[in-house]
Amino acid sequence: MKIAVCIKQVPTREWQPRLRDDKTWIREADVSYEMNEPDAYALEEALRLREKHGGEVVVCSAGPARVQQVIREALARGADRAIHVEDDSLAAADAFVSAGALASAMADETFDLVLTGLQSDDQGHGQTGVVLAERLGIPHSTIIMEVQIDPSTSSGQAGSLRVKRELEGGWFQWIAMPLPALLTIQSGINQLRYATLKGIMAAKKKEIRKASLPAGLQPSQQIVALAMPARSKQTHLIGGSAGEAAKELVRLLRDEARAL
Amino acid sequence: MILVVAEQRDGTLNRATWEALVAAQALAGADEVAVVIAGSGIDAVAQELAAAGAGDVVVLDDVALKTYTPDAWVIALRAVIEQSAPSHVVFAHTYQTRDFAPALAARLRKPLITDVTAVNGTGASATFTRPMFQGKLAAEVKPAGGGPVFVTIQIGAFRADRLQKGSVASVTKAPVSLDASAIRQTPEAPFQEAKAAVDLSQAPRIVAVGRGIKSQENLPVAEKLAKALGAELAASRPICDNGWLPMERQIGSSGQTVAPKLYVALGISGAIQHLVGMKGSRTIVAINKDADAPIFEVADYGIVGDLFEIAPALVAELEK
Repeated sequence: MKIAVCIKQVPTREWQPRLRDDKTWIREADVSYEMNEPDAYALEEALRLREKHGGEVVVCSAGPARVQQVIREALARGADRAIHVEDDSLAAADAFVSAGALASAMADETFDLVLTGLQSDDQGHGQTGVVLAERLGIPHSTIIMEVQIDPSTSSGQAGSLRVKRELEGGWFQWIAMPLPALLTIQSGINQLRYATLKGIMAAKKKEIRKASLPAGLQPSQQIVALAMPARSKQTHLIGGSAGEAAKELVRLLRDEARAL
Repeated sequence: MILVVAEQRDGTLNRATWEALVAAQALAGADEVAVVIAGSGIDAVAQELAAAGAGDVVVLDDVALKTYTPDAWVIALRAVIEQSAPSHVVFAHTYQTRDFAPALAARLRKPLITDVTAVNGTGASATFTRPMFQGKLAAEVKPAGGGPVFVTIQIGAFRADRLQKGSVASVTKAPVSLDASAIRQTPEAPFQEAKAAVDLSQAPRIVAVGRGIKSQENLPVAEKLAKALGAELAASRPICDNGWLPMERQIGSSGQTVAPKLYVALGISGAIQHLVGMKGSRTIVAINKDADAPIFEVADYGIVGDLFEIAPALVAELEK
C-alpha cells in the first residue's frame, strides 16, 4: 500500500485573531501554528493502515516554508517521507489552488490511497480533498469514520475499500469502492499517537521532496474583507468574582429568563 | 436564473432545502429561481416543492439515482446545469452536499463558496459571508472566474418560514443519461449505531461540556452543575471523540440537535458544528475563559472566566 496523507498547517486553537492592515487576511507574524486537527487523524489512520497492510506513508503539504514544522512532526510520528509544494502564495490559497498544487506534485506517485482531513480549521472550505480526488481522477468518499482495505491478490490491481461514512444525526453508511481512492477523514476516527524522541531523531533523516507551484492555477474566490462575526444576540455579560457572577446569573435565570 | 439543488432521502425532503430556497430568493432579486431534485420515484417530494411555488421543479428520476452516490449526482446534475446555465447553483450545506458539490464544481471548474451565512447583494455582483478560522472570523468572499457560481448555505442561517410562496409551480422530468459503470461508489443502507439511550431533545435543561474541561477526571465539575440545575449532561464533539462521554451525548451536526429551555455551555468555544445543534435553545448561558469565543455570539448570558471556579460557585448558589 502506498498511502498519501495531505496535511495543512493552521493557527493554533488558542490563537486570537488579528487582521492585516488591509483586512483581507490575518497578521501572520503573530500566529503560532499546528497541524490541522482532522489531518492529524488522517495521518494516524494512514499509519495504522501501513501497520496492518505494509507499504509506505507519504505526507504531502502545500504551503510556504513554515509548513515544514508540521511536515517534520508528521515524519516524527512515523510517516516515511514527504512532498512539500512550497510557495509563499499558498498561505492564503483557496481549495482549488491547494488541490491543484497537491495534485501536480502527487500525480506521478500513483498512490493507492489518499487521505485528507475533512476540512481545515483555518479557511474551512471543506473542499480540498474532494477537488483533489477529481483532479487525480480517482473516486472519493467523505467524513469517514472507519476504513477497511481488501488488498488485491492479483498483480496490477490495487484492491478495494469499504468505508464507514458519517451521515447527520448519528446515522452512518458503509460504502465500497475500488482503489486507488481518496477519503476525507473525520476527527475522532482513532486515538492519536504522539511523536517519540526516537521518532523525532529519525525524522531528521527522512526525505522531504520540494515541488514548485505549477503555473496557471486560478483562484476560484477572493476574500474581500475579514471581520469579527456579527453577534446574533446581545449577550448579557456578567462580571465580578466567581461567587458574585454565579449569584447574579442564578438571579437572572430565575427572574428574567425564567429558565429555572 | 438561480438553481436550487433540493435534497431528499427515501422520498423525504431534507428540511434544509427550504432554507437554501430562502437564500436563493435573497440572491435572485428579480431573477427566477428553479429547483432540481434527484432520486428515483420521488414524485411526491417534487409535488411538495412545486406546491410551495418558489420555482419550477426539474426532476431527475432514474434507478441509478435511487441511493445517493457522489459520482451519480455529479454526472446527473452537471447535465442539468450545463443545459439551464444558471448564474448560481445553491445547496444546503449538508453532509451530502459536502460529499459531491466540490467534485461537481471542480469538474466544471467553477467557484464553490461553502457554508454561507449571508448573501450580500443580488445576481452577478453578490458577495457571500462565510465563517473562517473556526468561526473566530467572518469572511466576505467574492467568486472569481465567472459563473455558474456554486454556493452552499449553512444550516440555520436562513429561516425557512421566510420563504416567499407563489402559485403552484410546474414539475418537469429531465432526461437522465447515466452509465452505471461511471458510478464508482457502492453504498449500503444507512444505519444508526445504537438506539440512543438518552433522548437529549426532550431534556428541558442541558449542561454541555467542551474542551475547556481539560480531562475526564474533571467531568464531575460539570455533573454536579447538571444535577443542581436538574439538567442532562451533554458534550461537544471532541469530548465524545476522546471517549470521555458516550457519543449519544454529543450535541451538534454529527450528534443530536436540541432546543431546551436552558442550555449551559461549559468551556465550549462554539465551533459552527456545535452551534447548529443548540442555537435554537431558548436561553443560552456560556461560561468560557476566552471572551472572543464564538459561543458568546449565540449566548444570552455570558461569564468570561474559569469554569473550575464558576461552576462550583453556581452549584453553591443553586443549593442555597
